[in-house]
Amino acid sequence: MGKITVNGHEIDWNDNMTVRNVLDRMKYSFRMLVIKVNGTIVKREDWETFPVPEGADVKVIHLMSGG
Amino acid sequence: MNISELKSKHKPLKQMTYEPKELYRGYTDRTLYINLDTNDVMIKPVPARMKEKFIGGKGYGLRLLWDATKPETKWNDNENEIVISPGPICGITQYAGAGKSLVVAISPITDIVIDSNVGGFFGPFLKFSGFDALELQGKAKNDVIIVIDGTKNTVSIEEAPAEEIDSHILAEQLTEMYSDSTDPRDMKNISVISAGHAADHTMIGMLNFSWFDIKRKKCRLKQAGRGGIGTVFRNKKIKAVVVKSAGVTQDPNHVANMEAIKERGARFAREMKELDPHQCRMKQEGTAHLVNIMNDYNLLPTHNFKFGSHKNADALHSRVWNKKFTQGMNDGCWIGCTMNCAKAVDNFVLKSGPYKGQSVIVDGPEYETAAGVGSNMGIFDADTVIELNFYCDTYGIDTISFGTMTAFAMECFENGIITKEHTGGLELKFGNIESALELIHQMARGEGFGKIAGLGVRGMKKYFAEHYGADMNFMNDIGMENKGLEYSQYVSKESLAQQGGYAMTNKGPQHDEAWLIFMDMVNNHIPTFENKAEALHYFPMFRTWFGLMGLCKLPWNDVEPENNAQTDEPAKVPEHVDNYVAIYNAVTGSNIDKHEMIRQSERVYNFQRTFNIRRGYGLRKHDAQPYRAAGPVTVEEYKSLEEFYDKKMKEDIGVDPAGKSVEEKVAITRKYRENRYEQLLDAVYERRGWTKNGVPKIDYMKKIGMDLPEVIEVLSKHQ
Repeated sequence: MGKITVNGHEIDWNDNMTVRNVLDRMKYSFRMLVIKVNGTIVKREDWETFPVPEGADVKVIHLMSGG
Repeated sequence: MNISELKSKHKPLKQMTYEPKELYRGYTDRTLYINLDTNDVMIKPVPARMKEKFIGGKGYGLRLLWDATKPETKWNDNENEIVISPGPICGITQYAGAGKSLVVAISPITDIVIDSNVGGFFGPFLKFSGFDALELQGKAKNDVIIVIDGTKNTVSIEEAPAEEIDSHILAEQLTEMYSDSTDPRDMKNISVISAGHAADHTMIGMLNFSWFDIKRKKCRLKQAGRGGIGTVFRNKKIKAVVVKSAGVTQDPNHVANMEAIKERGARFAREMKELDPHQCRMKQEGTAHLVNIMNDYNLLPTHNFKFGSHKNADALHSRVWNKKFTQGMNDGCWIGCTMNCAKAVDNFVLKSGPYKGQSVIVDGPEYETAAGVGSNMGIFDADTVIELNFYCDTYGIDTISFGTMTAFAMECFENGIITKEHTGGLELKFGNIESALELIHQMARGEGFGKIAGLGVRGMKKYFAEHYGADMNFMNDIGMENKGLEYSQYVSKESLAQQGGYAMTNKGPQHDEAWLIFMDMVNNHIPTFENKAEALHYFPMFRTWFGLMGLCKLPWNDVEPENNAQTDEPAKVPEHVDNYVAIYNAVTGSNIDKHEMIRQSERVYNFQRTFNIRRGYGLRKHDAQPYRAAGPVTVEEYKSLEEFYDKKMKEDIGVDPAGKSVEEKVAITRKYRENRYEQLLDAVYERRGWTKNGVPKIDYMKKIGMDLPEVIEVLSKHQ
């Protein structure tokens, strides 16, 4: 099975994987996120459909909040 | 008894009339000193050097407390002080979150300085009445009320035997008593500081700071929660401090450049309007929006921080709080705050205790309370959380400490360290709502196990070891305190940086110095020790600055500009940092930049560290953490995430977990994590300019301009 990297952690990749699938898999429910796939920022309105290719480097940056 | 009957029972002890003084660029340059041993009331000028080095807020509090006490002063000595100081920006109404006061004292649970940041109208009104800080020293013989009347320029001390002690009643009584009329426009000019019955009997007493909510026509309460300042307050036999203001004008601070403040304020207000509904929803849910998020990231403490999530956590989900909170109200705890996150539950009918059946307003719960008296105690019932929130507030105790200490007692109970014989019949199991409610009422009555639990986690550990022969090593592992203060409500096991953010703090593990979990554990932005050390320098210094100014932290990063992610350092929220620099300059007429802002904090932060050292603390050994803050103490904890911990063992430690018992794996993980924390201490101390023992180096203190003779005298013994 293929892999992708999310914030430095390797996870399984599957066919037709989207940004939304990655967020669900990682349980990233925080709302203040900036997402980059292979260095390209993905707009919030595209999260449901933006494809994540096998081997992608995905950065899901949580803007701090909290505390 | 009606209000005039209550007042007729007052016995005047002292009244002083003072010369009014208007603020100039955020300062009056004088402080008010009250001694309850002698009933002396004095006005003290602020020396130029104090203003330069200590700025205001917590800085002023620390300076005055240092001068008022000796290294061996205990919390209940007459000379201990409560100092309340708002800071130069406090009181502006054109930018969000500018109504905060900083309160400091020698703490009953840590024996070092505690500082606590609180909203409500008292701080601004104190300034408008002519004072940059208020010092309360000595002890009254009988319960007193102190009244600072900024309309008549008088300060009075009055014995007040008849008023209630509990805050939700006392704040209403005194607001009506000292208001010119019952017209809400007059009532809003009164603010009251009070505690409650449980502050008389526990070490975790807190202070409520009130404001009158014109729309609801009720007093609201904000809390200086941490470290037992309410216990000190009641030990001094202060029932309340009342301040009366002539009202709020456009520019009471007489700032240097109002237009600059307005421009930044309008910009921020636009962000709140346009972005908050899609970001944190602070206006609808306040900080309670975090409960389900923390649960999703395994950061929500459950069962005394054993676990980071729970299957029933949806009962405390933000959508539950959204419905419980009254929506559509301007819920700012100071005028002009466009964040409006001081949410409240209206018309809540209590089901227990002395006010059972009464319909009350409950301020909160905020995230810390929902996690503290909810998930961490295994209570997944929103109405119980609200009830405990109410009673903590009106009884005058800290919800965070109450939650963490009760969770500790519950784990001790479930492990047989204490039994029903010790608790007077309380079945203190996780999730036992009746026992939790009974415990808080016992604290207010000063009875039974409530008195023992009210000693705090450190006090309970000692008590259980001495009286019940409990295993101190195990209790040290699971007792979530550092420096004597109970942890606030985040699981730090998987974020080494946050472990430092908690245990390397000056006052004890409160998240207001540094909250680095997302940067560290989730984003993986600070992987090296040097990265973490840099974060553990910058953020505690930056966040100290709010406490010097009289500002709230929340508008800094709980809503963020749309382009924040594209900036060079998004975690710092550069546009908001620039707002703060601009506002400071606009209020005071100074010309600092973002680097001088950090320098201002460094001076005060290191002074506080030196204050701790002066008192025999503040060294490396005092930055030690309970192991539960760093990793799984028990087999049960390890097994709850066995696959995860096994993977970490293989990848991070380089040990194959195959064939090893869980006990062996717990021990291997522990050794590795404890070693990592020691390495972190080394890195952070180096970055902060401290010795390996955690002592600020004299050269460093000279470099930052904090080489005061009394500071050097303390530090020179430890170089």
